[in-house]
Amino acid sequence: MGRFIQEQVLGMKWLNTLIGNLLTTLGVDISSKIGGSVQFFLYDVIKITVLLCILIFGISYIQSFFPPERSRKIMGRFHGIGANIVGALLGTVTPFCSCSSIPIFMGFTSAGLPLGVTFSFLISSPMVDLGSLVLLMSIFGTKIAILYVVMGLVIAVIGGTVIEKLHMEDQVADFIRNSQSSVDIEAPDLTARDRAIYAKEQVVSTFKKVFPYILIGVGIGAIIHNWIPESWIEAVLGSNNPFGVILATLVGVPMYADIFGTIPVAEALLSKGALLGTILSFMMAVTTLSLPSLIMLKKAIKPKLLGTFIAICIAGIIIVGYGFNAIAYLLV
Amino acid sequence: MNIKVLGAGCKSCEALLNATNEAVANKGINTEVEYITDMEKIMSYGVMSMPALVVDGKVVSAGKVLKPKDIEKLL
Repeated sequence: MGRFIQEQVLGMKWLNTLIGNLLTTLGVDISSKIGGSVQFFLYDVIKITVLLCILIFGISYIQSFFPPERSRKIMGRFHGIGANIVGALLGTVTPFCSCSSIPIFMGFTSAGLPLGVTFSFLISSPMVDLGSLVLLMSIFGTKIAILYVVMGLVIAVIGGTVIEKLHMEDQVADFIRNSQSSVDIEAPDLTARDRAIYAKEQVVSTFKKVFPYILIGVGIGAIIHNWIPESWIEAVLGSNNPFGVILATLVGVPMYADIFGTIPVAEALLSKGALLGTILSFMMAVTTLSLPSLIMLKKAIKPKLLGTFIAICIAGIIIVGYGFNAIAYLLV
Repeated sequence: MNIKVLGAGCKSCEALLNATNEAVANKGINTEVEYITDMEKIMSYGVMSMPALVVDGKVVSAGKVLKPKDIEKLL
């Protein structure tokens, strides 16, 4: 039963068969390289699009209960590592677009939240979200998806705690530390209808934003899937290369893509013999750190703290990658 | 009437600015919509979710791209 849900409902294997039959009827040879690429491309684009729309709706509905104002209040009630854990968890459900990261950072800091808690929130937020959990389940299976999320949360909690311990409060931009504003805006009460409307709007806007990344991601995936020799990928990202994880992480850091665009690339690499931990490192690196978000963050924190933040994220991602590679034989 | 749109220059912030301009034109209000991107100024309103809409110094919406029709109701 669990297998049926994973393969047919979440994985939509029937869709692949359907597209294969359709292409064959149209006279396309799906065992050829071009035919195979076309099949992979169509199947993956449709699958990810359908999952994305359903997921974003459900997730946005949940997120409408956790505007940043409310998350800030909840985090304020916890102390010590508990606050970091809550911060990391709330990071996964609080909605915000990248340009809100500084206002959120400032809002949290000026409300007196510890710096480490804010960073736990900021690390987990792009790396782990509910959407990635379900999408990972459909592609890599439940165990790997849950482990990915748990590992992401662990990095966020540890990263935040380390930053806390380093006492880098003086590394926050002066205008934030000196800001006197603690204007408390109450989050508006929403009815179920408001939330549904909000969720629908999120689906439309997210779809518009993410769809190009999906096309690019699946396109690259299709190329890898059918054109790149397995031996190349095995040599670079497989067990033959002890530096695969580090390489994947460093390549992924400056790249910016949504998790929905990253997953098809990961899927194709995995099927071609790349190691699981190496791929997960790549995904985490792409989604967590990106040039645009770092440029944003640079306005709010000083270089030393920014450097520490980047170093902690990279170290965490690399450790998780090697960890996964070490225990991968238990999972696949 | 003083109308401001707060945002950091991302797409949704610009969308709200355009919608606000449209709403102002529809209602025939004679005022210039200000677009605030300076973080220090934005912080002084205490909002954390971008984009936000401020009417006469009061935050009336945050974290949402409103449609011109909804903005007209808020003005």
